[in-house]
Amino acid sequence: MKDVLTGKLVRLAAFDPEEMSKAFTRWNLNSEYQRLSNSDPTRMPSAKRNAKWMEDRVAELSPARYHFSIRTLAEDKLIGELGLDVVDWSGRDAFVGLGIGETEYWGKGYGTDVMNVLLRFAFTEINLRRVTLSVFEYNPRAIRSYEKAGFRHEGYLRNFLNRAGHRWNEIYMGILREEWMGLNTDTAG
Amino acid sequence: MFDIQTQLFESQDVRFAPIDHEKDPEVEARWTHDSEFMRMIDTVPARPMSAALIRKQYEKLEKQVEEDKNLYHFMIRLKADDRLIGKAMIHRIEWTNGNGFIRLGIGMATDQRKGYGTQALRMLLRFAFAELNLYRVSASVPEYNEGAIALLQKFGFVQEVCRRKSLERDGRRWDLYFFGLLNDEWRNQPQAALPKSIGTVVSGVTPQRHEVEG
Amino acid sequence: MKDLFRGELVRFTLEEPETAAKAELRWTHDTELHRLLDGDPAQLFSEKKIREWIEKQSADSSMPERYSFSVRTLAEDQYIGFLGLWVDLIHSEAWVGLGIGEREFWSKGYGTDMMKLCLQYVFTELCLERLSLGVHAYNPRAIRSYEKCGFRLEGRTRGDVLREGRRTDSLWMGILRAEWMQMQNGDRT
Repeated sequence: MKDVLTGKLVRLAAFDPEEMSKAFTRWNLNSEYQRLSNSDPTRMPSAKRNAKWMEDRVAELSPARYHFSIRTLAEDKLIGELGLDVVDWSGRDAFVGLGIGETEYWGKGYGTDVMNVLLRFAFTEINLRRVTLSVFEYNPRAIRSYEKAGFRHEGYLRNFLNRAGHRWNEIYMGILREEWMGLNTDTAG
Repeated sequence: MFDIQTQLFESQDVRFAPIDHEKDPEVEARWTHDSEFMRMIDTVPARPMSAALIRKQYEKLEKQVEEDKNLYHFMIRLKADDRLIGKAMIHRIEWTNGNGFIRLGIGMATDQRKGYGTQALRMLLRFAFAELNLYRVSASVPEYNEGAIALLQKFGFVQEVCRRKSLERDGRRWDLYFFGLLNDEWRNQPQAALPKSIGTVVSGVTPQRHEVEG
Repeated sequence: MKDLFRGELVRFTLEEPETAAKAELRWTHDTELHRLLDGDPAQLFSEKKIREWIEKQSADSSMPERYSFSVRTLAEDQYIGFLGLWVDLIHSEAWVGLGIGEREFWSKGYGTDMMKLCLQYVFTELCLERLSLGVHAYNPRAIRSYEKCGFRLEGRTRGDVLREGRRTDSLWMGILRAEWMQMQNGDRT
């Protein structure tokens, strides 16, 4: 059985609410990070409030929800987090959300590597048939990273966001299992 | 032969032990990050867990052992350094029918291929048959876990059921087998006997991976 | 689109907890019925307890892992039994358990009709890959019914059950989606 949690630069590790809530508080000090991740106006929730909410979700161990921390293979450093939410079981579709909080890891292929690991996990361990994500129009780095991982543009919600005096689209992207398998022919099948 | 002298929880290199709530969660948390291991031992999706979460699970487990009274759970420790190397359990016990399912796993690749799984399974079966007096035990194993299959067969387990294409993993479907061993069958085997004194060399073929699940 | 809940002899419905509890209370006194269905000892529970379980089950039914149906005859609209599904979402497999509490409806094809309706639901609405069940070796009527529906015998766990001083096996049966679809196509020609 293949390893479905390890990539070339990162590995997916446990989401420990205590550790993550502290990290979130730190990352959220960076308004750029917030604006790239969230559509809500930026704010600074306390570490404690984050921790309780996260603790409950993680302890559920629901087959529909997976949370991971992202750690570098080289230094075992915590650099971000990842969530996978199964939206629909008959269609076997899940929504993925990822954020790299440590800005020095932006633009270096870490995002693409995380996504590659996630897709292997989604398609060969959770047995999904498609993965969906949404990304803001003003985040070209992320868009390119997802395109590299095999996601295709599927549409966009027009003028979804209002920020910095401008209206922006929220872009939806998706990848099908067959498409991913076509790109990753080393999978047993 | 009425042997109450030979220890149920001691073998040559390993022993059965209770949970160490302080130290064990870290160790087990590490195993859950090894998806190759987790995919061998369980059919639920591999999911890396924190020590805090494992600690909570241990509490639930001990509560279950106490309340449901249909499961027995053992940590497997290496006698040399008291290190946690695996887990074993008998669960889903139906007392009126005298049956149960076994599960066993050795967590790290460096601890495998050393005969520890064989020793642990030997103890587990003696416990199931000579102490719990079960009529039979079952184990469920995916077809891709050749090591577990070999270990079970070494102890005389018979493949009873082939649940066709019951699992999906790595982009294809796999069969899931049920193996069964009867008390009488176990009793009549040389592997059943534990060494009279610790220190006797235990012979046997060392299998590859001996994670079996029930 | 066909009516998924309507067969030839029966229909699927959901009784109010009060009605269901009263019927199940009566049925628990039929130990032959219990022994055909279950391996655990026959027991008598209060109507109150049974009703609590039914109410809990209704709550559980909203989870995608659990489906419960009550069964009524089409002709007399009589509540005669139940059918339950336990779904493994990850592996796209379900387990089914069913029972006819009203004895005058035994051996008349009602069980087979219930199972056929269930198969249609599992493969065309839940879109699962496999349906499994366990049955006692001493229940040849059920075994025959399941074979008629297309289930194949996959093995026996030896001496699984001890009753009346005798050891009997549990039989394990399964049907794959492709097999069921082939049966449907066969019917149409």
